[in-house]
Amino acid sequence: MTGRSEDHEVVLTVNGAARSARVPARRLLSDLLRHDLRLTGTHVGCEHGVCGACTVLVDGRPVRSCLTFAVMVDGSEVTTVEGLAGPDGELGPVQRAFRECHGLQCGFCTPGFLLLATDLLARSSQPSDDEIAEALGGNLCRCTGYVNIVRSVRRAAELAAEP
Amino acid sequence: MTTRWFGERVERREDERLVRGGGRFLDDAGHDALAAAFVRSPHAHARITGIDVGDALDVDGLVGIYTWDDLPGRLAEPLPLLIPHPDLTHPRTQYALARGEVNHVGEAVVMVVAADRYLAEDAAERIVVDYEPLPPVVGLDAARAAADLVHEDVPGNVAAVTTQELGDAAAAIAAAPHVLELDLGIERSLSSPLEGRGVHARWDAEDGRLRIRTSTQTSTGVRAAVANILGLPDVAVDVLTPDVGGGFGTKVVHPYPEEVLVPWVARLLGREVKWVEDRYEHFVSATHERAQLHHVRVGFDDDGVILGLEVDFWHDTGAYSPYGIVLPIITATQLPGPYRHRNYRVTFTSLYTNTVTVTPYRGAGRPQGCFVMERTIDRIAGALGRGRDEVRAANLIRPDEFPYDFHMTFQDGRPLIYDSGDYPGLLAKVRDLIGWDGFAAEQAAAASDGRRLGIGLACYVEGTGVGPYEGAHVHVETNGRVMVATGLTSQGQGHETVFAQVVADELGVDVADVYVTTGDTRRFPYAVGTYASRAAVMSGNAVALAARAVRAKALRIAADALEAAPEDLTVESGVVHVVGTPSRGIPLSQVAVLSNPLRYSFSKEAQAATQFASPADPDVAPVPDGDEPGLEARDYYSPVRSTFAAGMHAAVVAVDPALGTVEIVRYAVVHDCGPLINPMLVEGQIHGGVAQGVAGALLERVAYDEAGNLANASFMDFLMPYLSELPVPVIDHQETPSPLNPLGIKGAGEAGVIPVSACLAAAIEDAVGVRMDRMPISPPELWALLESS
Repeated sequence: MTGRSEDHEVVLTVNGAARSARVPARRLLSDLLRHDLRLTGTHVGCEHGVCGACTVLVDGRPVRSCLTFAVMVDGSEVTTVEGLAGPDGELGPVQRAFRECHGLQCGFCTPGFLLLATDLLARSSQPSDDEIAEALGGNLCRCTGYVNIVRSVRRAAELAAEP
Repeated sequence: MTTRWFGERVERREDERLVRGGGRFLDDAGHDALAAAFVRSPHAHARITGIDVGDALDVDGLVGIYTWDDLPGRLAEPLPLLIPHPDLTHPRTQYALARGEVNHVGEAVVMVVAADRYLAEDAAERIVVDYEPLPPVVGLDAARAAADLVHEDVPGNVAAVTTQELGDAAAAIAAAPHVLELDLGIERSLSSPLEGRGVHARWDAEDGRLRIRTSTQTSTGVRAAVANILGLPDVAVDVLTPDVGGGFGTKVVHPYPEEVLVPWVARLLGREVKWVEDRYEHFVSATHERAQLHHVRVGFDDDGVILGLEVDFWHDTGAYSPYGIVLPIITATQLPGPYRHRNYRVTFTSLYTNTVTVTPYRGAGRPQGCFVMERTIDRIAGALGRGRDEVRAANLIRPDEFPYDFHMTFQDGRPLIYDSGDYPGLLAKVRDLIGWDGFAAEQAAAASDGRRLGIGLACYVEGTGVGPYEGAHVHVETNGRVMVATGLTSQGQGHETVFAQVVADELGVDVADVYVTTGDTRRFPYAVGTYASRAAVMSGNAVALAARAVRAKALRIAADALEAAPEDLTVESGVVHVVGTPSRGIPLSQVAVLSNPLRYSFSKEAQAATQFASPADPDVAPVPDGDEPGLEARDYYSPVRSTFAAGMHAAVVAVDPALGTVEIVRYAVVHDCGPLINPMLVEGQIHGGVAQGVAGALLERVAYDEAGNLANASFMDFLMPYLSELPVPVIDHQETPSPLNPLGIKGAGEAGVIPVSACLAAAIEDAVGVRMDRMPISPPELWALLESS
């Protein structure tokens, strides 16, 4: 399906690097990231926009990549879970907090939650419990009952505030 | 000072890769593989009268279209009956692709293989299957009435009828001062992991090997079945389990049709082929569970002591019975709970329906049994005007009564004997944790404010660590790394961490030096699987035994090198040394070098093991009789019977009678799975179990319409809870060791889910004064119940 005349060139920035691909109009952003760009950290749980496992940041805001066509993000900046570690590979505060607080079990929904938490902390450095619930309340996890995910986000705020 | 890892809140080894997006789930590899897609039945019950693929042949990138007629040899026969049982008189399993008849919406009829999934689905939707609809049998009432049959050669839709009895229940009830009868029901639900199923197969023609990656709970099970069906030697089939995005039971079924079709077609085409289940497919083709109807008769005395209990129940096994009657056997044998029974008779009938096949979902028949027993106890308390906690206390098995023998047969074919426990201790803890004694005042105060509060309590016993066995291989490499392999699989439980903790303690090494592999038949070919809260007990003990053997060998080799007696040596921080003299020691890495006599050195350290390195006894062979080269060992743990964990949950709820909504005000869990390897991970298991329990009590149900269409086959309609719908449980542990295994541990994986429906039903009933006999309960249903009462 690549290289056909009806394909479209998509040029975007992913985790700070310039990327491009030729894709059909119906190619989902989730498939572009996973299969064309081989960034498989973004997971697909339902392909109908309910579970949020596929959440990425597009121009800084959380987006369901399974409900977004790749051609729609032409020219955008996309952040995926692979972009959350520091330049030297050191885990970021949200990633460290999830590990420290056992905020993940199978790890399949985790990338979506990590990006939601990253977005929340970018907007609110000391989020209240209500803000955390509001920010994370649209993604599904089947393993944790969310208890340690919420703890992880509280802890991430502390870690992010450390010098 | 020795570090002990067992019992510590060790951060998970798995998380480093998972929080980076570096996990390797099924669909994270095989980007260039061909994609399979399936045409599935839109009918619950129909004859296939024709399949027209003509329009699909023009689709770009199409590679092949396959129906039952294309399947060779064993692949054309029904899939294996996984768990036969003498009482399963009418077992039925499905064909990999439907043969002339479909028995549920979602049954696979045609497989399409194309260059990618988009194109495979393009082709699939152009295939026209003609059906002649047959009357569908949907729900237990229709199955029992048997006006129509799912399988025309299965009379009454009955797959199996089984009875087990302890004492003489009918006589005991006849002689009892009080008798009650109850009709109770639990509806259908499903595991619904966030990652669906998936299979990726590669046939290596040059080596004659088939490599299968599958999102499964049993890689060895898949390997045996696929090798057998495809007529390949076992040793030519490797099954690797990638990171698995949740299983919760449904992925223990094997081989699913796709798990054998994809490897077959990969070999046929000589190309990598991958199939990844989408969410709709998961709803209509991954297995379901739970639906049962129960009729209870109970006789009891003035104190509420149960004198006799008779339970007849009907179990919906769906369209086929690959898992036999394990689920209703679990219900029947776990229903007695933590209570003393002298006279108990249980009879179940397993019935076919034209719905997705039923196999275990976390809890596996126990939530239903617990609901029935706990509702019965609550009704006894109500009839006598006694406290619900008081009636439970009067029936609990006492700590001095263990081992407690029910003289029945458990799901593993072994005797139903509780090994250890302290149930009164659990009851005292849960009453404290929820604030049972002060609740009446709290309830009255809330009532005066117009709030309807209720409290509920539910108790369970869970048979865990079922056999037959698991094994492990522990290998100290010459670089000091400890490589551990066990055959069962992982779906998020943290096995890489907890097994590393066990091995680190046994060997005296840092947990960071232990590397655990699970579910890879190349590394460990003998295993059973991860289900029934068995992994920690089975593989935990197997890795401990294998590590003990490695330690003994290390001490023996080090004793020679240090010119000391093995019994005078210990291992700390990866160094074998003389007790009390840490300076007189040798690292395990060097012991590993010495364990393997060498002709050829491969490093400076390895020179010590070569033939001219040191004088040796000329009359002793370099590898003496009975010894083996390498600092490694393999061992197995196989228990005589299961070990029984227990727990109690209590909840305070607030019901809004105008809306029928239930708010969980407080939720308390006390849990006894013996000594905790990693308390943080056990608490995580409880959190997740309670979440699925609450979901199953208040939100989730699999809703079939009369025609057998699954009416809520998406996350928009099937109400999996978000963060806002779930309580934060308070948890307390009790640790009663099991006498049955070396580590004294019991399983914890399923516990959280088991008593939730029973507990919430009791709390809602207490809040509103209306009997809660069926779960789940939705707001409209609760509102209607309140209106009609």
